[in-house]
Parts: sequence; structure tokens; C-alpha cells
Amino acid sequence: MATLTLLQAITDGLKTAMKDDASVLVFGEDVGKKGGVFLATEGLQKEFGAKRCFDTPLSEDGIIGAAIGMAMNGLRPVAEIQFQDFIFPAFDQIVSEAAKLRYRSGGQYTAPLVIRTPYGGGIRGGLYHSQSGEAYFCHTPGLKVVVPSTPHDAKGLLLASIADPDPVLFLEPKALYRSVKGEVPEGHYKVELSTLREARAGKDVVVFCYGAMVPVAQKAAEEAAASGIETRVIDLRTLLPLDEEGVLEHAKSTGRVVVLHEAPRFCGFGAEISALIAEHAIEYMEAPVVRVTGFDTPFPNTLEHHYLPDHRRVLDAIERVARF
Amino acid sequence: MTMTSNEPVSVIQPDGGVRGFDEKVDAAELLHAYRTMLAVRAFDAICLKLQRSGRIGFSIPNEGVEATQVGAASALRKSDWIFPSYRDFGMALYHGVKPVEMMHNMFGNALDSARGRQMPVHFSFTQPIRFVSISSPIGTHVPQAVGAAYAAQLRGEDTVVLTSFGDGGTSSLGFHSGLLFAGVWKSPVVFLCQNNGWAISCSTEEQTASDGFAIKGEAYGVPGVVVDGNDLLAVRKVTAEAVARARAGGGPTLIEAKTFRMGGHSTSDDPKRYVPAEQVEYWKARDPLPRFGRYLTKAGLLDASKDAALKAEVEAEIAAAVKQAEQVGHPGLETIFSDVYATLPAHIRKQGEEAFDLAARRGGAAAGEGAFPL
Repeated sequence: MATLTLLQAITDGLKTAMKDDASVLVFGEDVGKKGGVFLATEGLQKEFGAKRCFDTPLSEDGIIGAAIGMAMNGLRPVAEIQFQDFIFPAFDQIVSEAAKLRYRSGGQYTAPLVIRTPYGGGIRGGLYHSQSGEAYFCHTPGLKVVVPSTPHDAKGLLLASIADPDPVLFLEPKALYRSVKGEVPEGHYKVELSTLREARAGKDVVVFCYGAMVPVAQKAAEEAAASGIETRVIDLRTLLPLDEEGVLEHAKSTGRVVVLHEAPRFCGFGAEISALIAEHAIEYMEAPVVRVTGFDTPFPNTLEHHYLPDHRRVLDAIERVARF
Repeated sequence: MTMTSNEPVSVIQPDGGVRGFDEKVDAAELLHAYRTMLAVRAFDAICLKLQRSGRIGFSIPNEGVEATQVGAASALRKSDWIFPSYRDFGMALYHGVKPVEMMHNMFGNALDSARGRQMPVHFSFTQPIRFVSISSPIGTHVPQAVGAAYAAQLRGEDTVVLTSFGDGGTSSLGFHSGLLFAGVWKSPVVFLCQNNGWAISCSTEEQTASDGFAIKGEAYGVPGVVVDGNDLLAVRKVTAEAVARARAGGGPTLIEAKTFRMGGHSTSDDPKRYVPAEQVEYWKARDPLPRFGRYLTKAGLLDASKDAALKAEVEAEIAAAVKQAEQVGHPGLETIFSDVYATLPAHIRKQGEEAFDLAARRGGAAAGEGAFPL
């Protein structure tokens, strides 16, 4: 087993998929010769040729539109959108087309494609290289939304996404690309979609989070432990379809819940978790659900460290729900 | 150097004679094209009556544009793919989709391939030709056609993909990204712009300041050709040339077929509110059906009695399709929840169970009376 960064695990996952299945293609802006702006696709063109790993024109609508056609006609395209902030020209293709194709054709046509895209803050990218747009896509039946937070999961979830018969939006936490390392099995393995991961055990409070917020929650949980609060950290991993039963079990068994994400609060993914608990587990709750999120503002550049939830804010929330 | 001539290619002359058409097409194929055009017109006429009498909710008329659809489809093989717009079903009929399969969609019944989930006229067929599921957003299917062609190219198949859209479609994002990618990839794609003069109520002059639509391909390295869209043989000829070039690895072509929709945008639209009467008269005199009929007559393939017999035959076939489709019930409640994903996720299963439970306790929901405005 090799120790890899999250970024290396993604490259390894792509290589593994391309080796296993000749119908897997990787393409997008600058993914070929350069290997992607974050180097996630480095070496793939050399190893698999320019017909299976290539650069495209600068058109997100064209990239995803073409990927849908390829998927309809027997390929397994893995399209890269350079930054999630730039995905919106393809919103129509994702929401109106990929997500609805199976439904509107009674299964005659399907779009098994993966859209990989780096999301979130932490690189001083300002308004347009930092956003977390998962909520826009989680509101789209027919789409799957996956967010890894460890190298092991990044590869295993990516391989599961590529093998999945439905379109998957694979959001990569760019802040973790090189900052986390972990053991990654060689060759093919899958992490099943729509399953949760307990990133830290604890009985008093549960923090639901995903992507780059998982290590933030873990750090806050360590600090809370110093003052006697045992905090469980649950990495949601797949936001759509969500393991709702799993979320409810963790909520019921602790009775105290914090929901954490980088994206703005209003109509964010935390609202869904909060509503789910209010509808189905309110009688188990010992404290109101608290959301720790980005602010309801655009994403700032210079002050991004204030915008992004950090361990202080999470610790504050953990203590509030623990002492309610 | 410009690649595009704005002089429309035309073949059938006013007297039914031909000019510049030396393709050997057998009589049965020509008569099948004519019969398909008759079937499109008969299908439309019946659907208009069904809509006006409230038996179906909506329809899209094709009167006037049949030669473009059928002529283009007649240049394709069954192994080719069609990414159609919503005014293209003559292409499916030409390749052997049965009117009753289309009628199931018009009624949105349990046998509709889309299980009644889509509005009428949003067909989806995989046999006998790939006639890809139609969506309502304009132009989104255009880059998809290029992707499907890439897949065929990668596997070394000689499949050609035809994608069709209207004059309004050339303003969509998908038109531009589709042509862009096809130009760069030299895709085996035929882009068919059916310039029927109007995008709902927006005229071509209001749509673009460009000198026609075919020329729009040039900036993408895609040669354009303009054809008389009411001339079946001319459309067949230019499409066959584009298909042959694509099949041989010569890349994509943008065809602009100049035609005219003699009806409204849909059954909810009244074109008298915006189309000048003299424009309708001008095009009425150029109706593609009698025009192709004159050619067939002059060629000795058709006479008045055979014409009447063909019309009676297609009308009977479509009337039978209506009878058959109307007897089929609605799709089951479970079809709201199926086909969202390959396997039913727990949260959707739960919502389905709640809907069934409510229906069991309080009876089924009442169908609304809403009329569609577009």
C-alpha cells in the first residue's frame, strides 16, 4: 500500500479506471499535455494516448454536452471542469440533460459520466476559484454528488463513480489536494456511494461534514475532547443520494448535532440535514441543530480565512450544543 | 476564402422536372419518402383535432417542413444516429417507427417509451434507428451529437450523426459549442438548420444580423451549404453529400434548409398574430408535398388514383394508431419514481410509498385542467 496525497490518489484512480476499461476517457481544459492546472491528470495522455486523454476548447457547455453524447454511445467519459466556479455554462447540460435523460427516455438513453471538479476555498482564489456549489446540484434528481476527504476515499469513490450507471458530479476539495496524505490500496477497489464514514468516534455531539471541512471538524473535536466533550465526526462522502437513515441514527444516538460546510448557509446542504432531523428525529434532540457555514456573501479573497469555517468556529458550535 | 454559397441548391423544377440530380434512387424509396411526407401531414392533422377536442394536450405541427425532415433522413443508414429537435418526427417515420408508437407518446400513456413523463411530441426511439430522446431546451442536443460521433469515431465505426435544430436554435449556446467541437475534432456530424422563418414569433431578421445561417459554420471551420428545404430531392442530395464526406472522415457540414412552417409553433400558438399573410401565400405556392408529387408524376411513379390511395392508407393507419393508443391507460403512479436512477434510492422509495399510502387513504389526485401556453 502506497502513501499518497489526495491528488495522487485521484490520478491513481483515473489510471486504474483507464487501464481496466478502454471506454474510459479523460478530457477537459488543459488536462492533456499539461496534466491539468492542479496536475490531477498528469501522465495520462502519455500513457493512454491523445484519443483517450485530451485537451478541449474552452467551453464547459461543449465539454459536458459532448460527454453526454459519448456516454449515450457506450463510453465512460470523465470530464474535468477546471474549477467548480466555471461549471455554470454547463449547468443546462448537467441539470436539463444528463440528470433527466434516463427518466425522459424510460431508460432507452442514459448518461453514465463523471464530472470531476475542484471546489472550495483555501487557495486565495477569491470569488471565482473558491466556491462550493454543491447545493445547486443536490437539488437535481437524477444526479449523484460525491465529495471525498481522504486519499483512500478519493480513489475508491472515484472508481465507484466511474462504474456507476448514472451521472456523478465528483467534487474535489482542492484545499486537501496536497495537504492530506494517506494509505491507498493499489489497483481496483471501490468505496460504495451513499455510505457515510465515521472519521472520529464520540458519544456527546455529532458533526456532519464533508470534503475539506472534515479535517477542520477533526481538529475541533480534539480540542473539545480536552474539555471533556466527546465529538463524533461523520464524513457524508455522498451528498446525493444521501444515506438519510445513517444521518438520523447518528443524530438520534447523540441528540446533539452540528452541521458544517464551506458553502453559504441559506438553502445550503446543512439546511437539508437540519430539516431531516427536525422531521424525523426531533424527539431525540437535546439541543437545537447548529450550522457552521460560509457566510451568505460572495467568497472574499484577502479575508478568506475569516470566511472559511475553522476549528475555532466549529469548537464554539460544539460547546454550544454540548452545553445547551 | 468563403466556403459558403448563399444560393440555395434546388433540384425539382416548377414543372416537376429535375436539374442537377443524377443519383440513382429506386422508385420504392422515392415513393416511401412521399408516403412518409403524407403520413407526417396526416399525423399533424389528426393531432390538431385531438388537441382541439381536448383528447391530447399539445402538438407541434410540421406542415410545410416535411421535405426537409424526410429528405435529410433518407440520406441516413439505420446504423446512423439522429439528435432531433421537436419538429423532426418525419425522420423517425421514414426509418420505420410506427405511428402507434408515436401516438402512445401523444397520449402520454403507459406504453409511451417515456412513460408519459414528457409533453407530447418529445419522442424517444432506439429502433429501427437511434432517434434520441427530445428535450425542450433549445440546442442542448447539438454538442451531444458531437460526443456520440466521437464515440463512434474512437471505435472505428463509420456511423454518421445528424442533428437538427431551427433558425432560433442557432442562437443557443449548444449550437456554438457543438460546431466548435465538431470543427476541432473533424466529427462525422451533419448539422441541419431548418430555417423555417420563425422562432415562435421572432423572425430571422430579429434573430440574427448574419447573412443567413449556413455561413455561421465558417468561423468554426465547418463548411456550410444552403438548400431549398421544400425540395425533397435537393435536401436529400446535399445531405447525402455531407453524410458521405463525414463517413469518409472529411468532417462536419452545416446545412441550412430554407423552408417555412405553415402552421403555428405549436397548437398553443396563433401565427396570424405575427406572420404576414403574404408570406404564408408565398410559401403555400411552394408546398413541398405537391411539389414532390409533381416530380413523381412526371417520372411516371404516381398518378391521381395512386396518390388518393396512398393518402387514404396513411390516414387509416394513423386513425388506427389513435384508436389503439387512446385505449391504453395512464402510466402507473410508480412511474413517477422509477428511472430517476438505475436503482431506486431509499429517499425516493420513501416518497413513493407516501404517495401510494395517501392515495390509499384519501383517493387518487385529480388531474388538472391547465392549458399549456406555448
